[in-house]
Amino acid sequence: MRVLMFGWEFPPHISGGLGTACQGLTESLVQDGVNVVFVVPKMGGDEYAPGMQMISGADIPIPVARPSSQKTPLPQITAVTGTILDARQAKPDGNTMTTTPTSTQVISLTPRPHFAAPRAVASMTVVQVPSYLTPYAVPALPYAIDFVVAQENVPFDIEESLESAYDNGEAADTRSEIQASATNLKDCEGVSPVLNTVSSSGAEDVALDELEVTEFTTYPFSGAYGGDLMQETARYADVARSIAQHHDHDVIHVHDWMTFPAGLAAKAESGKPLIVHVHSTEFDRSGDHPHPAVFAMEREGLQGADHVVAVSAWTKQILVSRYGISPAKISVVHNGVVPKERSAALARRPGSQVVTFLGRLTFQKGPLYFVQAAFKVLQKFPDTHFIVAGSGDLFPAVVEHVAHLRLSSRFYFTGFLKGDHVDKVWSVSDLYVMPSVSEPFGITPLEAVQAGIPVIVSKQSGVSEVMQHAIKVDFWNIDALANAICTVLAYKSLSSTLRKNSKHEIKNITWAKPARKIKTLYHEITR
Amino acid sequence: MKSHDKSPLATQVVLYFQIHQPWRLRPFHFFDIGSNHDYFDTPDNEEIAARVARQCYLPANALLLKLIQKYPQLKVAFSISGVALDQFQRFCPEVIDSFRKLATTGSVEFLGETDYHSLASVVPGTEFEEQVLDHTAKLQKYLGVHPSVFRNTELIYSNAIGRKICGLGFNGVFLDGIGNILGTRSRHQLYHHPEDTGLRLFLRDYTLSDDIAFRFQEHGKKLTPEKFMTSLAKTPAHAKVVTLAMDYETFGEHQKKESGIFKFLEGLLTSLATSGRFHLIKPSDAVTTVLPAGPLDVPDTISWADTERDLSAWLGNDMQQDAFENLVQLGTRVKALHDAELTDRWRRLLTSDHFYYMSTKKSNDGEVHAYFSPYASPYEAFVNYMNVIHDFTGLVGAREKDLSVANEQEASLKAEAERREMHTPVWAMKLENSYEK
Repeated sequence: MRVLMFGWEFPPHISGGLGTACQGLTESLVQDGVNVVFVVPKMGGDEYAPGMQMISGADIPIPVARPSSQKTPLPQITAVTGTILDARQAKPDGNTMTTTPTSTQVISLTPRPHFAAPRAVASMTVVQVPSYLTPYAVPALPYAIDFVVAQENVPFDIEESLESAYDNGEAADTRSEIQASATNLKDCEGVSPVLNTVSSSGAEDVALDELEVTEFTTYPFSGAYGGDLMQETARYADVARSIAQHHDHDVIHVHDWMTFPAGLAAKAESGKPLIVHVHSTEFDRSGDHPHPAVFAMEREGLQGADHVVAVSAWTKQILVSRYGISPAKISVVHNGVVPKERSAALARRPGSQVVTFLGRLTFQKGPLYFVQAAFKVLQKFPDTHFIVAGSGDLFPAVVEHVAHLRLSSRFYFTGFLKGDHVDKVWSVSDLYVMPSVSEPFGITPLEAVQAGIPVIVSKQSGVSEVMQHAIKVDFWNIDALANAICTVLAYKSLSSTLRKNSKHEIKNITWAKPARKIKTLYHEITR
Repeated sequence: MKSHDKSPLATQVVLYFQIHQPWRLRPFHFFDIGSNHDYFDTPDNEEIAARVARQCYLPANALLLKLIQKYPQLKVAFSISGVALDQFQRFCPEVIDSFRKLATTGSVEFLGETDYHSLASVVPGTEFEEQVLDHTAKLQKYLGVHPSVFRNTELIYSNAIGRKICGLGFNGVFLDGIGNILGTRSRHQLYHHPEDTGLRLFLRDYTLSDDIAFRFQEHGKKLTPEKFMTSLAKTPAHAKVVTLAMDYETFGEHQKKESGIFKFLEGLLTSLATSGRFHLIKPSDAVTTVLPAGPLDVPDTISWADTERDLSAWLGNDMQQDAFENLVQLGTRVKALHDAELTDRWRRLLTSDHFYYMSTKKSNDGEVHAYFSPYASPYEAFVNYMNVIHDFTGLVGAREKDLSVANEQEASLKAEAERREMHTPVWAMKLENSYEK
């Protein structure tokens, strides 16, 4: 079974979310003997994907139509699986597809050194397409600074491509040109789309002369948020078509709306069945006012798919009621969680009783319900302290609400947390609350449980379908939420029972089960 | 000062410059709470003090000294916050020297204010009085002068505050000359407090002052000393006092040297010094020579900030109020500890600037707030400030615990000592003994 899979983020830089799920699922699929080619728009450089081949969309040559007057010799290009093309000759002169090359060249490279080792394992191919896009709402305000910084931590590794270029003797004479274009690339990253033109005159590699094109281009995906997102999904689809052509596969599997055009394009190219995996819908992110273009893209993907995977019954119900998809076409496959021992306490406790909210400060996550419940809890237990960990467009509103209720002396805002800072927050928390308005799955409660913290989740979450040993309330029921928090704080026996049982329960919420389900699905759909 | 011709039509001009640099907070993360108690340890403070000294204080003071030597009739006043003086002493002591030189000319007066450029005047209790007296002591220590006229933080003023100022021995105070306290009366007069009639009220002419401070280069046109003197000459003939007041940082910092601001200052002071109609006067001299036009009632608190001219620049929104209430509450606990270092920290946190950064006002006022703020947004300013408050609360709590343990130990010692002691007076013991016999 060979699967061509399209995602947006492979290494999980942000706790939870799409990247985490994609990593967990594919790793288990590989262990189950499935051959996966995983495509991401942009790689961060720290992907660890044993047994997988990753391909970068930024390095995939795309046929470019040119005016016939500019006929040049047919290009030959290296496109061997496992080999990454990395010729860059950026022309940052706008969006036009008719970028004129100054010279024709091909630089074929062996895989980047740090990918070489894990890549050596056979069963999984990962197509590198640098990515840091997530399917989530773009934080519109400048306050989410940490979020932006997090992206900047994963710039495209220009130096490394240069180094690799030197390794290849043929490319040495194009050194200065590459350097110049690399600089351009860096300047333009995340600002405007840039076309990389890759043409070839070298003949010793695999010839692609069956292609009726005269020029190739590669897209450096900016990996940035903002207005270019729509354009990037379209480009990703172009790349997908080319990848589908060069990588044999039996089934196409795509994750969330930005990959749907890519999935449809790949399907049109190869005619293989398409599985659309929904980790989050526009209704979760935006409530009753979905972004029309995003909604349209989601519906198109769902309708064009041969089968749909929803991460929860909650999400399935949304797909049925809001997108008009037949329930028979949708399978529910709950996410798993990768077992992890959390690091020991590092931070200092702000108080004797600490209740934590950890997640993006957006409408979807319901942070304001947390604040309102805190107000009620403090009337009963005035020495309770509340941590709000995360950033997002509701940050100003949450801060103002806390100040308005005069709770600032009991509230702590950590901003966006990276790395072991999440563990630090867990180490001082007595209770985790996820009051999401609409949560397709929600992996953070499982991570809290791993860290030995009892959890309260909203009934409007997928994770509540798999957790028996968590307190569940309606997100809008402030009284019930406050009451639940108070009971956990008041009754140590309740807290310790929840802690113990949920930690035991989570041992069965692994990725092996969903991977098995999805493998079965692959076989059914390709039969 | 009577040596200069004093025609009956002469109009006195009081000119004062305000100087202040807050102790800015360093970025204080959630994880710093409980582990790092250095709130003000940031290179920003030193860098800014040194930069402004280089660009503004030193060249402007040198210019002023030169002009005073040429025109001894030139009189100006300075209002320098105690925290600014402390930072000069620490980061650029030559600034202190240059002010001391100005002080010895006799042409320069220094005004009283709160030591920490703080919101002490709206804190319940005696915080205001304590800070004003500390500031007076600081002026004595650094510059060898004693103030008699007062300027409160950002010209915050009301009848009640005026009463406190009078009680501290000042005989004059500056207010912003805004319409809703003056009504139809002129701002070009001195007034007195409705009850404490010994306290003279100076009313800042904000139009003329802001022409220099905010509109020096407006719409591509530069203000010249001639243009300014023309505007000044338009004040009615019966005007007794024109009060001009602005940030000293206007000269060289807000307006850079390249803009010609120093040329302007030199031209302006020369014009004023040589004018027939206008005479520069020190505030304390104006208090004794200019007759007040009557009482001025200011029942509600006013200031010189923003369009509202009230406290809303610092205490307008929920974040500012919540932060302020937390700080004030902490104040009573801090003072009970009688720890000079903790009190100093607490007072630095009471400096008005921290609250100014948290303002969420839009439009022009918002831009002014943003110009002065080291934070990307008021929300970040608030979170950073509250993180510090959280840490400080922990620090105070720990100190209280130490103190109560110490008190307990002392009390138990006393009890033990008492238990062991014979409390019966000697004569009674003697008497007792005699009965037994």
